[in-house]
Amino acid sequence: MLEILYKREIAPRIFEMVVHAPRIAAKAMPGHFVIAMPDEVGERIPLTIADFDREAETVTLVLMTVGVSSTKISRLNEGDSLYALIGPLGNPSEIENFGTVILVAGGVGTAPVYPIAKLLHETGNHVIVIQGARSKELLFWVDKMAAVCDEHIVCTDDGTYGRQARVTEPLQEILETRREEIGCVWTIGPAIMMKFCAKTTEPFGVKTFASLNTIMIDGTGMCGGCRCTIGGKTRFVCCEGPEFDAHEIDWDSVMKRQQQFKCQEKCSMDRYVENWKTTGNP
Amino acid sequence: MKNINEVAKTRTPMREQEPKVRARNFLEVPYGYSPEEAHLEAARCLQCPRPMCVTGCPVNVNIPEFVHLIDEGDFAGAARAIKKTNALPAVCGRVCPQENQCESKCVLGKKFQPVAIGRLERFAADYERENGLVQIPEKEPSTGKKVAIIGSGPSGLAVAGDLILRGHDVTIFEAFHKAGGVLMYGIPEFRLPKDIVQKEIQYLEKLGVQFELNQVGGQSVDVRELLEKEGFDAVFLGVGAGLPAFMDIPGTELGNVYSANEYLTRSNLMKAYRFPEYDTPIAVGRNVCVVGGGNVAMDAARTAMRLGAESVKIVYRRSEAELPARAEEVHHAKEEGIEFCLLTSPISLQGDEDGMLASMTCVKMELGEPDASGRRRPVEVAGSEYTFDTDLVIFSVGTGANPIITHSVDGLELNKRGYIVADENGRTSIDGVWAGGDIVTGAATVIKAMGAGRVAAKDMHEWLSQK
Repeated sequence: MLEILYKREIAPRIFEMVVHAPRIAAKAMPGHFVIAMPDEVGERIPLTIADFDREAETVTLVLMTVGVSSTKISRLNEGDSLYALIGPLGNPSEIENFGTVILVAGGVGTAPVYPIAKLLHETGNHVIVIQGARSKELLFWVDKMAAVCDEHIVCTDDGTYGRQARVTEPLQEILETRREEIGCVWTIGPAIMMKFCAKTTEPFGVKTFASLNTIMIDGTGMCGGCRCTIGGKTRFVCCEGPEFDAHEIDWDSVMKRQQQFKCQEKCSMDRYVENWKTTGNP
Repeated sequence: MKNINEVAKTRTPMREQEPKVRARNFLEVPYGYSPEEAHLEAARCLQCPRPMCVTGCPVNVNIPEFVHLIDEGDFAGAARAIKKTNALPAVCGRVCPQENQCESKCVLGKKFQPVAIGRLERFAADYERENGLVQIPEKEPSTGKKVAIIGSGPSGLAVAGDLILRGHDVTIFEAFHKAGGVLMYGIPEFRLPKDIVQKEIQYLEKLGVQFELNQVGGQSVDVRELLEKEGFDAVFLGVGAGLPAFMDIPGTELGNVYSANEYLTRSNLMKAYRFPEYDTPIAVGRNVCVVGGGNVAMDAARTAMRLGAESVKIVYRRSEAELPARAEEVHHAKEEGIEFCLLTSPISLQGDEDGMLASMTCVKMELGEPDASGRRRPVEVAGSEYTFDTDLVIFSVGTGANPIITHSVDGLELNKRGYIVADENGRTSIDGVWAGGDIVTGAATVIKAMGAGRVAAKDMHEWLSQK
């Protein structure tokens, strides 16, 4: 159980892993997330489910190494097992036939967008994916995404691949020219990107979902660490989300809460790297 | 029965770490009785023919029997006597509010101090475990019936302990990566060492209870599927309360504002008090405020002090007499230097430009007419607002029902507050499904949850036997 069957570094510091997890694979839906632990002393880190295969009893995870625990997970190899993987958690995406849907995927957010795009496409929606990254080397799953959408716009901040633009530029253009077609918008990626996507869509009055990836521990509503102010109310991302109406999210407080452990995280990472250097074994 | 005038009037004291020392470490506060001390204390028991203490115990431990065995020097026998009705004596000896239960009924307590039943229970369990004398009792022949328990906290463990002895096949599904529920994530190491909890869980494993960790009832595990597809004959829901309450005041979303659940889970289950040896971080406050006056608030305050705070305040809106925490917890907290800001209630929190907490504004309260709970309702004193610096606030103001399991089961009847409706035997509105503990009663105590588990287990056994 929880054996890593496949692992690749698909972009610098971004890893794709296929994990054998029968109970999770049996219940996973687009929009769900899991909590992973590398080892007994590790942190519990939430990761959105990037894909699943019920027959093979596997889930696919994509993670970017940020702190010690994500680095430890990335250093596990095929044949190793995760210490813990809990899920599926949260609520699935609300998928129906909206007509035309725009999905904005930023950076590592491409991974959770993929199963949503796939199911929307299968449900008969005309799916437009705007996929963005800072630079070509950070793009991944371009072909995989192209296979599950009807229009695929790829942009990079530095113009090294596709169009040189921020994701909000094509988003703005489509809304200006084709507002009537658009049933709703999903945006998943860094909080700052989701905030600006929300700002872009708001004047057009188009329903916009954002998937929040907050700090959490249990992921089942017990700790309250994931709480956010949404529509002026305190809501729990783990059991009420992770997707919320992007126009109601207090983005500035979401971003600040994500930073609340930055000093400790740096201290922990420095120690880990130091250990690694001196012993050759983190 | 002994003559009341022949026994010592005061209980044998239990030695504990000096307050100044223990306020900075996570080691257990009391040391526990030595065999000599236990013997002295056990000799105080009158051995009443109609023991009232047993009626005060939610799981009806045969108290005179085990105390007598300690008096006779058969310490392991005493532990086994307790385990006939209580699978977790080392836990209960530490965290039960005995002063409101068994000890409150002790006949000796009417004139003198009651027998220290909790300390003796703890002693017997520790003696048996530490000396390698734990025996696995005979189980009844296998019934071939399968029982699923969702949640490995006190109620689930009690159900498991009873039904496994009755010959049923028992599987516990636990959402966390360690079994024990609140015993692992909620109660701090210095009150209940986690090694002891794990030893009690290993005892159940040796009895044959299977634990499936990392399984969330209502998400990865579905109650209807357990019954209809996975071959289980009965299910017990002991998922605990959940959803920590916040006060809905401005600033709740700031960094370094925690629920007690989060703060304690980081420290206890994730061992953040040993950060960075363990990866999970926790805020170490300098001037800490814990809002609330229950046992959980005391645990949070004492944890913050041990993590290195300069000052820790309990902010509570009523007066000392209404503090819901056990007297012993309040006493321990005070000894360790926790200040009590009584008749005080927060009205807002202020942060710095990074969104981290900087200060709190409170208002003074006075007690008015009694409310529905019978306690005098606190009322704000007009114009009494004041603001002070604080860099860590922990809310310990109760919990609500967790919706995950309850909303996942069609036809499961809930009350207005979202808790599961169960009858006096723990039966829910669904045939074959029982529930007990905090998800039925709202937040209560470890032993009440265990009591609910034992009642449900008895009924489940009868029901399974007829099935």
